Amino acid sequence: MQTGHEIHDAVVRRERSAEEATKAALEAIGRVEPSLHAYITLLPERALAKARDVDARIGRGEQVGALAGVPTAVKDIFCLKGELTTCGSKILANFKPPFSSTVVERLDAADAIIVGKTNMDEFAMGSSCENSAFFPTHNPWDLEGVPGGSSGGSASTVGARSVPYGLGTDTGGSIREPASFCNIVGVKPTYGRVSRYGMIAFASSLDQAGPMTADVRDAADLLEAIAGFDPMDSTSVDVPVPHYASALRDDLKGVKVGIVGEFEESIAVDPKMAKLYKDAYADLGALGASFVDVSLPHAKYGLATYYLIAPAECSSNLARYDGTRYGARVDGAADVYAMFDKTRTAGFGAEVKRRIILGTYALCSGYYDAYYVRAQKVRTLMKQDFDAAFAACDVIACPAVSCAPFELGAKSQDPVAMYLMDYFTIPMSLAGIPALSVPAGYVDALPVGLQLCAPAFEEARMLSVAHAYEQSSRHAAKREPVVS
Amino acid sequence: MSAPAKAPSGAAVDMEPVIGLEVHVELSTQSKMFCGCRNEFGAPPNTHVCPVCLGMPGTLPVINRRAVEFLCKAGFALECAVAPFSKFDRKNYFYPDMPKNYQISQYDMPLTTGGRVALASGKTVRLNRIHLEEDTGKNIHAGGHMTASEATLIDYNRAGVPLMEIVSEPDIASPEQAEEYLMALRDVLLYIGVSDVKMHEGSLRCDANVSIRPAGTTELGTKTEIKNMNSFKSVVAALEFEIDRQRACVASGERIVQETRGWDEVRGMTYSMRSKEQAHDYRYFPDPDLPPLSLDEATLARWRGELPELPAQRRERFVTQFGLPEYDAGVLTQSRADADYFEEAAAASGDPKQASNWLMGDVRKSLEAHGLTLSTTKMTPVALGELIAMVRAGAITGKAAKEVCEALVAGGGDPKAIVAERGLAQVSDEGAIAAIVDKVIAAQGESVAAYKAGKTKALDFIVGQVMRESRGRANVDVVKRLLAERLG
Repeated sequence: MQTGHEIHDAVVRRERSAEEATKAALEAIGRVEPSLHAYITLLPERALAKARDVDARIGRGEQVGALAGVPTAVKDIFCLKGELTTCGSKILANFKPPFSSTVVERLDAADAIIVGKTNMDEFAMGSSCENSAFFPTHNPWDLEGVPGGSSGGSASTVGARSVPYGLGTDTGGSIREPASFCNIVGVKPTYGRVSRYGMIAFASSLDQAGPMTADVRDAADLLEAIAGFDPMDSTSVDVPVPHYASALRDDLKGVKVGIVGEFEESIAVDPKMAKLYKDAYADLGALGASFVDVSLPHAKYGLATYYLIAPAECSSNLARYDGTRYGARVDGAADVYAMFDKTRTAGFGAEVKRRIILGTYALCSGYYDAYYVRAQKVRTLMKQDFDAAFAACDVIACPAVSCAPFELGAKSQDPVAMYLMDYFTIPMSLAGIPALSVPAGYVDALPVGLQLCAPAFEEARMLSVAHAYEQSSRHAAKREPVVS
Repeated sequence: MSAPAKAPSGAAVDMEPVIGLEVHVELSTQSKMFCGCRNEFGAPPNTHVCPVCLGMPGTLPVINRRAVEFLCKAGFALECAVAPFSKFDRKNYFYPDMPKNYQISQYDMPLTTGGRVALASGKTVRLNRIHLEEDTGKNIHAGGHMTASEATLIDYNRAGVPLMEIVSEPDIASPEQAEEYLMALRDVLLYIGVSDVKMHEGSLRCDANVSIRPAGTTELGTKTEIKNMNSFKSVVAALEFEIDRQRACVASGERIVQETRGWDEVRGMTYSMRSKEQAHDYRYFPDPDLPPLSLDEATLARWRGELPELPAQRRERFVTQFGLPEYDAGVLTQSRADADYFEEAAAASGDPKQASNWLMGDVRKSLEAHGLTLSTTKMTPVALGELIAMVRAGAITGKAAKEVCEALVAGGGDPKAIVAERGLAQVSDEGAIAAIVDKVIAAQGESVAAYKAGKTKALDFIVGQVMRESRGRANVDVVKRLLAERLG
């Protein structure tokens, strides 16, 4: 498969039609989908109609969008007008929104070809895609393994090289962990960089949409297309969007990379993982980077903090799913509250219910100050940790995950083990800063990603470092997925 | 409405009521609080809705700056402290007319704190706070009452309409004062144009906190909260009932239970809805979809500067500038439109006091007779002013003016044209009047005799007859002089 930028260049140079590129993607998806189950909904007709429209405009010599002709998989958390948008939940199994998310509108405006809606953990709650209400998705690098989550479907289809662009969302690691597991690039932008309008909310103060792509250049192009202020999202920030692709570099001379002491201690418990990351840092050094030790003293409170704030917000965000206005409804209840109960009992899966209960409890009067307010204070301390770290370095390099992809079912009965998967990704989410995972090699033949993060709105700096590393190491290109 | 059921009597006489009101007022902005839907009462159900106000997945609120402006203006008018920094919170509870199952409101950092409402009686009621929130939709129980209906229909047109909640301190000492407070509040809000304040359309709604305590003490007793009052009258009735009920409780040695009680308009009584133990835990927390609201000093100063003259100030000015009696000034300033009407008429008439007299008297009577108001009659304030000027100039008599006024109220037009058309110009020509006077003296021998015998009142009757004979046009001063000459 070609990268997104290669397809786009070929399409605008009329070497290949958007329709051909789209058909090729749909064929590739059709080939591997019986093994991967990456999609909840495929949209071949919509995709081909869009591709033909792009070709027609190119044929007439008209200007087309920056992503013209590139097949794109969209996580089923983004509302797409008139098409099923389930968020991986039975409670929205029949939901067709009457509007599109801002991100989808921007993809359409950039002439990307949306080929389908990808599988995910229900309401983005999970780290393995096994919490999808419909079916689990498999890892193209190990069909017995999970693709990671919650954006597992997008990671799987991009990892299988069916499409170059995937769109995911990251609340505590839901782009970066599956990107690591599926050997692709996954970017969680700064909170406020990308509009959340029409992206179904899990934890509003943490959710952020981002690219999951074949390579760093693709991530740069896709991010540029979806980023920017949106008057429909009051938490989006009016900061100019740079041309990320032109910031990408091939060496790291003069770049100061921070290494987090606390994280290195944690990863040391797994010698194979520790070695992989040591090698990755050495590669950065070989490109000219220098290193400084930094400390994130409050990172160890990340999980505890996250599992108060995210459930608290989700308990409120998910209250609207009551069977009254849209989505599933269980009929035959004696009164409206019984209808709410029956609908929500039948409509939500176990993990969603667990988090609603956790969050409801954390917000109760009498507990609110001890839990939610305190968690917000820790969040501030964590931001200060990063501020202090970035005073000494340009970017931070650290593990994206604590392990390579694990087998389906291995952790699904142990919520806390699953929660621990986000150990290295949560602090950046709580601080609102950008972070990404870029392929960094293999442990027992399974892919593992390196995490890079930068100060708020410094995505260009972060992508630039990732690009230099990717271009010199070429880990993802060294092997082929099991299915493709 | 049937006669209110009487609460058990025998209440202790020395228990005084303490009342605080929570008033919800819908702001008359063009669009809703957090989306672009129209804010309009009475549209067909579910026609002013969009993904945002229906709480669709993925939608986000955006603050309506106009609603913030309106609330701040209300705050300035009511002498509140307007906060340059406030925030919105989520109030979480499940109810089908609330699309998100949480209401965006303001919990611990409202837009305004403090303030006061001056009542007509001179009393001042202090305010605790005013905050901004979104209204809910409306449940319509098909087939009438909730318990008997087979289905509930929901109209979300109202969902997301900007709502301000005005919370008073427990400064209100009687049901009558509560009504006075509501009227004063209504007058101010109407004046500054931030709400149409129609209780029957639900744009003003009121809950009351009521307790009683031994007269002269300061400690507050256990309160109950009364809901579902939908008119000023029902507020008074519900408060009267509830105070009696609490007095009876205390008199019979019972404990008053802290609870929420509903007002049953039909049965004329309050009933227990839920106790303190059953009270909702709203799980307030800051809405993560909305950054804190900060308002700069220049914006606040501009909004303050845009406030019109308020009813109390205008009432005062009408008394001092125009010499109107307090009562008349109060009536004329009740609505901004009426007060504007008066000022225009007064200017055109050259005699503000007469303009006030006409508006308080003949105009009012005519309006009532035709089922009109000053805003619906075709009589312009300038026409009324000109009519009054014509009386002052002696061009028509007061009596003829009444007829012209009546015609103006009913159909509008130019007073001079009506006078000409109907031949109502005042007659001051002595010859013409003398002829009528002589005719009346000849015809009313009995009255003339009575007058001459010392019954001075008979003269009024004779004057009246002359005026009648002249169809009200004769200059009454000339009539009186001629009669005096003839009857000695």
